[in-house]
Amino acid sequence: MTNHWIDIKNADVVLIMGSNAAEHHPISFKWVLKAKDAGATVIHIDPKFSRTSARSDMHVPLRSGTDIPLLGGMVRHILEKGEFNREYVAQYTNASFIVGDGYDFKNGLFSGYDPAAKKYDQKKWGFALDEKGVPKRDPTLKHPRCVFQLLKKHYSRYTPEKVSSITGVSKQDLLKVYEIYGATGAPGKAGTMMYALGWTQHTVGVQNIRLAAIVQLLLGNMGAAGGGINALRGEPNVQGSTDHCILWNTLPGYLPVPTSDKATVEEYIKANTPETHDPKSVNWWSNKPKYMVSLLKAWMGEAATSENDYGFGWLPKADPGVDYSAIFLLDRMYKGRIKGGFILGHNPAQSMPNSNKVRKALEKLDWLAVAEIHNSETTDFWRRPGVDPKKIQTEVFLLPSCQRGEKDGSITNSGRWLMWHNKGIEPMGQSRSMGWMAVEIFKRVRALYAKESGAFPEQILKMDWPEVYDADGVARKINGSYTRDITVKGKQYKKGEQVESFLYLRDDGSTASLNWLYAGSYGPAGNLAKRRGLAQTSMQARIGLFPNFSWAWPVNRRILYNRASVDPNGKPFNSAKPVIAWENGKWVGDIPDGPAPPMALPGGKYPFIMQTQGMGQIFGPGRVDGPLPEHYEPAETPVKSHPFSAQLNNPCLKAAISDMDVLAKPGDPRFPFVLTTYGVTEQWCGGVDTRNTPLLLEAEPQLYVEMSPQLARLRGIGNGDPVVVESARGRVEAIAMVTVRITPFKVLGKSVHLVGMPFCFGWTTPGAGDATNRLTATVCDPNVSIPEYKACLVNVRKAEKVSELFV
Amino acid sequence: MAKAFFIDTSRCIACRGCQVACKEWHGLPAVQTRQRGTHQNPPDLNPFTYKLVRFAEGKTGAKVEWLFFPDQCHHCLEPPCRGAADSFVPDAVIVDQKTGAVLYTEKTGALTAAQCKEIQEACPYDIPRRNEQSGLLTKCDMCIDRLRADLAPMCVKTCPTGAMNFGERDQMLAMAHQRLEAVKSSHPKAQLVDADNVSVIYLVTNPGLALQRPLKQAVESYSRRELLGNLTAPFRRIAG
Repeated sequence: MTNHWIDIKNADVVLIMGSNAAEHHPISFKWVLKAKDAGATVIHIDPKFSRTSARSDMHVPLRSGTDIPLLGGMVRHILEKGEFNREYVAQYTNASFIVGDGYDFKNGLFSGYDPAAKKYDQKKWGFALDEKGVPKRDPTLKHPRCVFQLLKKHYSRYTPEKVSSITGVSKQDLLKVYEIYGATGAPGKAGTMMYALGWTQHTVGVQNIRLAAIVQLLLGNMGAAGGGINALRGEPNVQGSTDHCILWNTLPGYLPVPTSDKATVEEYIKANTPETHDPKSVNWWSNKPKYMVSLLKAWMGEAATSENDYGFGWLPKADPGVDYSAIFLLDRMYKGRIKGGFILGHNPAQSMPNSNKVRKALEKLDWLAVAEIHNSETTDFWRRPGVDPKKIQTEVFLLPSCQRGEKDGSITNSGRWLMWHNKGIEPMGQSRSMGWMAVEIFKRVRALYAKESGAFPEQILKMDWPEVYDADGVARKINGSYTRDITVKGKQYKKGEQVESFLYLRDDGSTASLNWLYAGSYGPAGNLAKRRGLAQTSMQARIGLFPNFSWAWPVNRRILYNRASVDPNGKPFNSAKPVIAWENGKWVGDIPDGPAPPMALPGGKYPFIMQTQGMGQIFGPGRVDGPLPEHYEPAETPVKSHPFSAQLNNPCLKAAISDMDVLAKPGDPRFPFVLTTYGVTEQWCGGVDTRNTPLLLEAEPQLYVEMSPQLARLRGIGNGDPVVVESARGRVEAIAMVTVRITPFKVLGKSVHLVGMPFCFGWTTPGAGDATNRLTATVCDPNVSIPEYKACLVNVRKAEKVSELFV
Repeated sequence: MAKAFFIDTSRCIACRGCQVACKEWHGLPAVQTRQRGTHQNPPDLNPFTYKLVRFAEGKTGAKVEWLFFPDQCHHCLEPPCRGAADSFVPDAVIVDQKTGAVLYTEKTGALTAAQCKEIQEACPYDIPRRNEQSGLLTKCDMCIDRLRADLAPMCVKTCPTGAMNFGERDQMLAMAHQRLEAVKSSHPKAQLVDADNVSVIYLVTNPGLALQRPLKQAVESYSRRELLGNLTAPFRRIAG
């Protein structure tokens, strides 16, 4: 979230799209309802009517996979009606930038496309630069090649008629949504967007969010109280685990993973540190060298010196162009290229797409170690229904993991608040925390290397590693400390002293920090994640800002990009709900995005400090599949064409290719219905924890498939009947939930039925049903390789008899 | 001063935190359930479930309504169940004078199955359930143990949205009337259910749909008692 949970109450309009917030983030609705009490309008746009819709002012059913047409139509509406915040757009976004001659868009493709490689040459989309290397601008926004005009032209094609014909949303509903949300562009008004996996889990996932950000920038909602782009992160620590690099392509604090074509830290820094020639742009990532060297010092300790490149050479490297995401890792496993490995707190045999293939892939391993709280479809894949355990040679080790209440530690919530928790009880039986497992396993591996040596031992032998796992010690090290006595900014620091914030991190080896974003969380004042203070100024009280409660990254800033909430002189756009204000030569309110004075004053800076040019990126040349979001159908789609171009699917779409990765054809008569998948309130993610919690299993006991009464009639299915759902990849049994909460969509003149299924059930819970993901496809977004769980094609029929479900 | 709940169903998101927390606090076991084409599970109150979120859905034109009703004992001010029980076993059902909680004591174990059935039929809201193993009659006890320790009932403590509220009766009544006024602009049929007669005051937005119990979806399982429950005076009043 750019903002945080409490801040939702400041919104005038709450747009929940790509999220079922009430069911998956119940606590969010405390604040949504407070906004509603204060007069806000709550709109829910989602394929099915859910508990979120029940508490919203308006529910708009949308065919899964058509968010870009709906939002593209909104951009068109906003620009046509002139509802955008002109001062904000001209001064704080790149709308005024002139795009270079290389950029073009024709027939659904941007310039620079190589059909053989399914890739773009992104250099074609660069900005036109002046003699100093700064993008040329036209603040009047009239230049035909400025971003604003290109944006207008691009989305002029997204007429309400076309949008309605492909999304299945009535024109009347579209215009109502556009009018209500567009009104937040007025001065002093704010609209928040709450989204989750409903936007991300598509082959256009990244572009869904890009387009949402464009809308928020046009309306001046970024940086404002009650505004922002708010990704509702999973309960409870998805934010924290991402910050600490759970994904393959980042190191802690979103530093890029080193690649094998960059041999030295200098080359790495040169390739990954952006430069600007505009003195008013902060370009925060220019600090990357400090963060990287401090990370290397934290990892390698005394062994990291300037002479040996701080141990950069010891780090494992990714080969350029190779995708190491879970999807492709499992694909390589299926193809027999992986011998063994660890799976920690993850249940891919149930929660990764095309799970029949994943289960086969696990059989190819010689050995597998799984750390889990309960037995899962992954720990027990070798005895799953339909296989003979004797024929599976994989040796499986189960490491029993303890629960959160059985260990000290922290979580980072969706609003980036770092919150400490103390151990309540001792771990049950022989279970241990995963931190303990990591420390002990590494120690033993290292002892073996010390004794027997092996290929490339330095990275293991030289790592700065604790003797005993200690959550507090890790938290201290994440914050970082000085590695020698030093004078910084006129102040003396002793070796071992904690650094105060990332402003003190250095690229000369004198500081060590496991994650620059968290520097300041555990400084000289101690562990701020333990704070529960409610003190606030009256200005902070007006927007529900509690700076003494826990600690938020970065540097306790509660609303990101808050410099965009004030005009160039530092005066809040919304005087009733100010986030920051420039008063008597200093900032008051939230911690501002950098201490520089307001933009119009001497020494002033642009507001979007993380962007190289300091501007909100309406035109985003960084994404691999285009600088402006464009509609493409899901990889499996019920239509053979769409009204925006002849390019049916994302031209850069990534997919695993194997004999088990079969896709239905567009409009395939064998699989006429759209399937969308989701979680349920009572089961957590893949359900391993909650299916083993009897009171939750009691409330939500078995796999179901939600369908409209019209579809049920078409297939002769009654409410509560067992049915079979089939895709090109698999077959799943479920109980029919026939409900008016799902309605058929009218798409290109024809009726399209959609069904929805939770993904949380698996065969290790007897009679509950087995993985829905046996139906979904291994296709993903080209930027981040997130799978398209939210839309594929299936058929549904009444079951003669069932074996996966107790009936 | 007696205590009261105010249950604002217009704020309920059916997260069922109250249902689960109630069972946890009372140490009640899970029963085996089945998916029957509805999220409502267990299907009904039972000796191990004192609190149940009921789901009801309907469609008027294009407008879908999905209503959530966190059902429990309404703790009547003059409880008919006590009247019925007293004629069989004195003090099987008592009213705690300090809080107004209607409590089923261990003496309910002395009631016969037939007597329990009569007590159940006396309840206008179809709440009491007999544990066939122990012979005890069961239902919500207002978390009387928590109240005596100055703690809010578990369902109230758990609720994230302010649907479940608990406090002094006059305070809850004031809150209920205030919310009713606010809700009426978007839900003209909204009303408070039997506010003058019970300690658990519900605000419902669409009484016709919300108070069908059990759900229409499970209509074949209607028993005589449940039908009677639906026909008792307070319900007739609301439905009209």
